[in-house]
Amino acid sequence: MPTSALPLEIRELSKSFGSRPALDGVQLSLSPGEIVGLLGPNGAGKTTLVRSVAGRVRPDGGTLRIFGMEPERDEARSARGWVPQEIALYPLLSPTENLWTFGRYQGMSKAALERGIRKSLEWIGLADRADEKTDRLSGGMKRRLNIAAGTIHEPRLLLLDEPTVGVDPQSRERIYAMIQELRASGVSLLYTTHYMEEAERLCDRIAIIDHGRIIASGTKDELVRQTVGGRQTLTVEAESALPSALAAELSRRGGQVDGASARLPVQAAGDEIRGVLETFHAANVPVRNLTLQSPSLEQVFLQLTGRELRE
Amino acid sequence: MILAVAKNRLFNLRRDRAAFVLAFVLPVAFFTIFAGIFSGSGRSSTRRIPLAVVDEDGSDGSRRFVAALRAEAGLDARTAPVAPEAKDSAAPPPPYTAASAERAVRAGDLPIALIIPKGFGERPIVFGPGRDASRPTLRVLADSSDPIAPQVVQGLLQRVAMTAMPGAMARGGMEEVDRWSGGLTPEQKARMEDALRSLDAPPPPGQAETPRPAATRAGAPGLVAVDVRDVVGEAKRNPTVTFYAAGLGVMFLLFSATGAGGALIEEAESGTLDRILSTRISMTRLLIGKLVYLTAVGVVQLVLMFVWGEIFFGLELLPHLAGFAVMTVATALASSAFGLMLASICRTRMQLVAIANLSILLMSAIGGSFYPRFLMSEKLQRFGLLTLNAWAIDGFQKIFWRDEPAWSVWPQVLVLVGCCVLFVAVARRVARKWELA
Repeated sequence: MPTSALPLEIRELSKSFGSRPALDGVQLSLSPGEIVGLLGPNGAGKTTLVRSVAGRVRPDGGTLRIFGMEPERDEARSARGWVPQEIALYPLLSPTENLWTFGRYQGMSKAALERGIRKSLEWIGLADRADEKTDRLSGGMKRRLNIAAGTIHEPRLLLLDEPTVGVDPQSRERIYAMIQELRASGVSLLYTTHYMEEAERLCDRIAIIDHGRIIASGTKDELVRQTVGGRQTLTVEAESALPSALAAELSRRGGQVDGASARLPVQAAGDEIRGVLETFHAANVPVRNLTLQSPSLEQVFLQLTGRELRE
Repeated sequence: MILAVAKNRLFNLRRDRAAFVLAFVLPVAFFTIFAGIFSGSGRSSTRRIPLAVVDEDGSDGSRRFVAALRAEAGLDARTAPVAPEAKDSAAPPPPYTAASAERAVRAGDLPIALIIPKGFGERPIVFGPGRDASRPTLRVLADSSDPIAPQVVQGLLQRVAMTAMPGAMARGGMEEVDRWSGGLTPEQKARMEDALRSLDAPPPPGQAETPRPAATRAGAPGLVAVDVRDVVGEAKRNPTVTFYAAGLGVMFLLFSATGAGGALIEEAESGTLDRILSTRISMTRLLIGKLVYLTAVGVVQLVLMFVWGEIFFGLELLPHLAGFAVMTVATALASSAFGLMLASICRTRMQLVAIANLSILLMSAIGGSFYPRFLMSEKLQRFGLLTLNAWAIDGFQKIFWRDEPAWSVWPQVLVLVGCCVLFVAVARRVARKWELA
């Protein structure tokens, strides 16, 4: 395996299913030990992209390299791990037997497999339930086992497809800790999720995909600066519907009025908030509530795609 | 890695108790039932045909005829219905009449009834061509759904008449001689009549009531001396058991392989197959691994059935071990590949179950798993050769029934292994749908 190659390098990747383009010139790369979040609405191309990296979709054009190798090669398969969104395990088998199966399928030797199974079971907290049938485990336990089955062979690149779907908050925290441990050990992760807070919390970089293209990529701050800018949002709520004159004034300032509330973008919060309050006072409209909100990934997403993330 | 796939399936089988029972206990149970039913008849598979007899004549001749029918080994001749188990001394049921015998046949109590008309004993046997309209005719009432019984009974009636009524037969012959010779003299007729009187003497009391033993094959009484020797199966303890071991064995192998092969569909549906194919296992290795597992299970199933057959039903396994091993592996390979192919073709478990049930039952019926092919029409026998069952059963019969050496089943093995290769090739081709999109 070339040591200098990036864990993942994608250039101009394209793929169509019939006449429908699923990927349209995707550009993306991962550095060693980096977590890149992949966000996008349904049908944006996230699954096709992940499955292309997992070696399950053959692209029509462009290049995709895993540590400098084509994804179908055995060395690339060994270097890559995939945690699909479904609980892709054998329900009748125990955690030990499931890990054995996927470890052997990755060509692990008997000794390495035995060590790997012990270590994985400890890591996911299932050492005391190693021989129970998987279908008897809780949802959170199955999710953790699902991750372990994708990491048993100690890959250097890991694809995680919504690994916390349907999981309780406690188990989710456990999974976050596992992901941080993986990153600390030098594994590069491509992480798809619908949860903005997850992406903000875990990912070093975020790539937003829509209509088969990466439309923005960077850290959260970079994305915010590129899209909504440094502006914050001021929300003012009155007791009753705003008079038309006041509404017109607020609209002139770039605000949106909705019944008794108005939302305005503000750059210098201190001065502008005072100005807005004076405007309300002059119109003789008492203010019931005032909220100042910093730009969020959700706003970035909305601005870029025009859609909610969970559409 | 191929063995890893097989071991994975073994883990699943061990954990799935229902599948385990279906795979190993059910075939043995079915085999036991079939073998128990058919091995109880001993060497002869011909049943005694129940026959209601109504004697409207009541003469010495007809009574002798009825007695001979009751002694005939191939018939269960009754002049009255079989009395139910009496709780106390209930009166025996009345003898059959023509009407009650017909009712019994219509009701399905008996397959056939015989009405001996008035005057039968006087002139039962007539020689010469054509039917003499004046002579009394035996009436046979039959159920057309049983095509065998009337034919067998007609043949036995002729034999019984000739052997049980020698006097009547001789008189019939004498009449023909009288006609064709220009007439016997009164002295000749009187001398012949004296001789015939001894033939007409009734049998000692009790002798005619004793039925002959079931095995009438050697030295059976008749006009022509006949001795039957079984050149095949002479020393066999239980001929039908081998047939059912092979016939049911291959059928259950097919069901079992198809059921287990359906795991492929479940893996595809659950996303596990996707995960597997992203590892270092290719689709080819995956299918071969599954084939190895299914074949191993098939071999164990057949070994269990035949060992069970040896212990409890007299099947002679040890003297035929080499041939058995060859046929078992070939049959297991072909059945496993068939199951894998069906699983690859179908998109859902429900589709697989429907297609498997239809195809396997059809193949088993035509291929001779339920009913020996040599009893079918020529056309059906030829059709049967399109099934795995026919080739497998033929091979096992060669080994166990005809005592042929192991190498003699090469045509059967060639076909079965050839089918395995073909089915696996089809499965591999069709499985492309699960590979790269």
